[in-house]
Amino acid sequence: MQGGNGSGTLRKLATLLVVPVALIVLWEGYKWLWQTTGWGWPFVVNDTTMPHVYSILQAFSQPTTTGGPPLIQSLLHAAWFTMKEAIAGFLLGGVIGFGLAVLLAHVRLLERGLLPFVVGSQTVPILAIAPMVVIGLGSKGVQGWKSVAILAAWLTFFPVAINTLRGLKSPDRRAVELMQSYAASQWSILWRLRVPASLPYIFTALKISATASVIGAIIGETPASIQDGLGGAIVNFNQYYSLQPTFLWATNIICAAMGLVFFGLVVIAEHLVVRRAPENVV
Amino acid sequence: MASDAASSVVRKTERGMRMRMKHWAAAALAVACSGLAVWAAVASAAPKQQALTKVTLQLKWVTQAQFAGYYAALTKGYYKQAGLDVKIKVGGPSITPETVVAGKQADFGLDWLPNLFATREKGSNLVSIAQVFARSGMTELTWKSSGIDSIAKMRGKKVGVWCCGNQPELFAALQKNGIDPNKTSDVTIVNQPFSMDLFLQHQVDAAAAMTYNELAQVLETKNPNTGKLYTLKDLNVFKMASPAVGTGMLEDNVFVRGDWIKDKANQATAVKFLKASFQGWIYCRDHQAACVSIVLKNGSLLGRGHQTWQMNEINALTWPSPKGIGLPPASAVVQTATIAKKYGVINNVPSGATNYTYAAKALAQLKAAGADVYGKKWKKANVKVTPGGK
Repeated sequence: MQGGNGSGTLRKLATLLVVPVALIVLWEGYKWLWQTTGWGWPFVVNDTTMPHVYSILQAFSQPTTTGGPPLIQSLLHAAWFTMKEAIAGFLLGGVIGFGLAVLLAHVRLLERGLLPFVVGSQTVPILAIAPMVVIGLGSKGVQGWKSVAILAAWLTFFPVAINTLRGLKSPDRRAVELMQSYAASQWSILWRLRVPASLPYIFTALKISATASVIGAIIGETPASIQDGLGGAIVNFNQYYSLQPTFLWATNIICAAMGLVFFGLVVIAEHLVVRRAPENVV
Repeated sequence: MASDAASSVVRKTERGMRMRMKHWAAAALAVACSGLAVWAAVASAAPKQQALTKVTLQLKWVTQAQFAGYYAALTKGYYKQAGLDVKIKVGGPSITPETVVAGKQADFGLDWLPNLFATREKGSNLVSIAQVFARSGMTELTWKSSGIDSIAKMRGKKVGVWCCGNQPELFAALQKNGIDPNKTSDVTIVNQPFSMDLFLQHQVDAAAAMTYNELAQVLETKNPNTGKLYTLKDLNVFKMASPAVGTGMLEDNVFVRGDWIKDKANQATAVKFLKASFQGWIYCRDHQAACVSIVLKNGSLLGRGHQTWQMNEINALTWPSPKGIGLPPASAVVQTATIAKKYGVINNVPSGATNYTYAAKALAQLKAAGADVYGKKWKKANVKVTPGGK
């Protein structure tokens, strides 16, 4: 990367814009083609099923009710609410995933016995788990948003655990043996060798988890009877879709943007942490 | 090299034994730690002791004027005056109020009466203690241009209806007209999503619509051909409650667990809850606009125009209330059970599914305090629809 010089930054910005512009062109092109030809497959295309991109963007400035605040304001409130659930779940899932990986990396028997269940946990659809988690924890007096955070954690811990496990095992065998020959304890081998070596793996996992935890938070809100977040907004605008189709699309954009912001935060953290990691990262 | 490897193997097995022990200890510690963390999270959320009795109400759907009376009771402080601290839990696509109440996640629940009958038959001991809506709000819509001006003409058409316990009224109406909803040669039943898109896109010939919600959604939509809002003149509205159709069933009722209501203290709580809730509904009858504002405060993304329409129509389902709010005409309960049985929602007419003793007690208290619990003078307002329901 050749940051610093002006044309390089410009080029980067241009490449960044290529995808959204292509998406908009694709959307409007599809809409135009289907509407002019009158094709009805797989669905009838009109301003309700596929509103214009500019009307979706316009929707952000429109109020949801007469005299109310513009949609963007309500959506940012909802996004912040959901973001908090996602962050809580992300942190919880990250810690659990890391702990699990350390455990599995050191105890062969557990790795063989537990790993299939860890993998299995992710094949159960989150939509099926969500009501169970919410109701199960709810009966113990856990507040709704905490249950949602646990759902986000559920989606987070898995990539972290799997990737960290791989990372912890990644150091060269000779490096481990060198440490052992210096009579280093398992503890210091873990912190001085295995963890630094696994950092790139962990951050790859965290990037996946950042977006997954947002999905967990949005999906968990509905069974948890939470209307204040983006999940609640989606249910609401889905119900009134025929009245204001643009509101639902606008909400989708905010959801996607939130995932991107979260992803970006992890990337920034990676730059800060991995750059300062010791040389023996290998 | 070879001797090196051999000695390292020996070393490793020796060390391995000791290390495995250590690992197990570490594993046990980690498990204990995570257990502790979960326990702490659970314990910190435990409820605190307070003077007010804490109860939870589970709504059938997300916040809207359909539940205005409860929000009014909360906002106007009627629940507090009755000594209750009420928490309102909103519903949604993945929430069944009966399951929530049966699972002790809420003390009171709201749902359509036939659904309660069905859940009860499956073994959940739930009892309806008040019937707030005295008549059905369900309709089936067709476009006037389609020429389907009677239920009988729905033969051979695509007829939309919501799934999961919301079909009996329509199915009864179809069967009354000699159409078997289970025979695809008679009629194509389409599972309708919870928006009116299929109907507006003319992908179904008929669609289910509640007077207080989906009907308004159609009227709040612009006709793409004229650029003006659709009007009632564009539609045929078949009201299930009307004499012409005659298959209306009772909808929103308040229910509790059978074992919960056996407790004396809970019985007193139920009377307090119903009294305050009825006060809320009476307030919404007499202050329609103020009540809409209360709903909007609790559901910030809703449109005022749509909720104003809904409040008016919801009041029309409750008022006038010939026997007093909360008490349904006995004939309506019988009709609901009969239709539910006829269309396989339930196998037997349920016994002990309703107990209106506490509603009657709450009514007596309200009457003694001089409240109008009948609303005989209430007249439906003429609400103008707004584009997009805003």
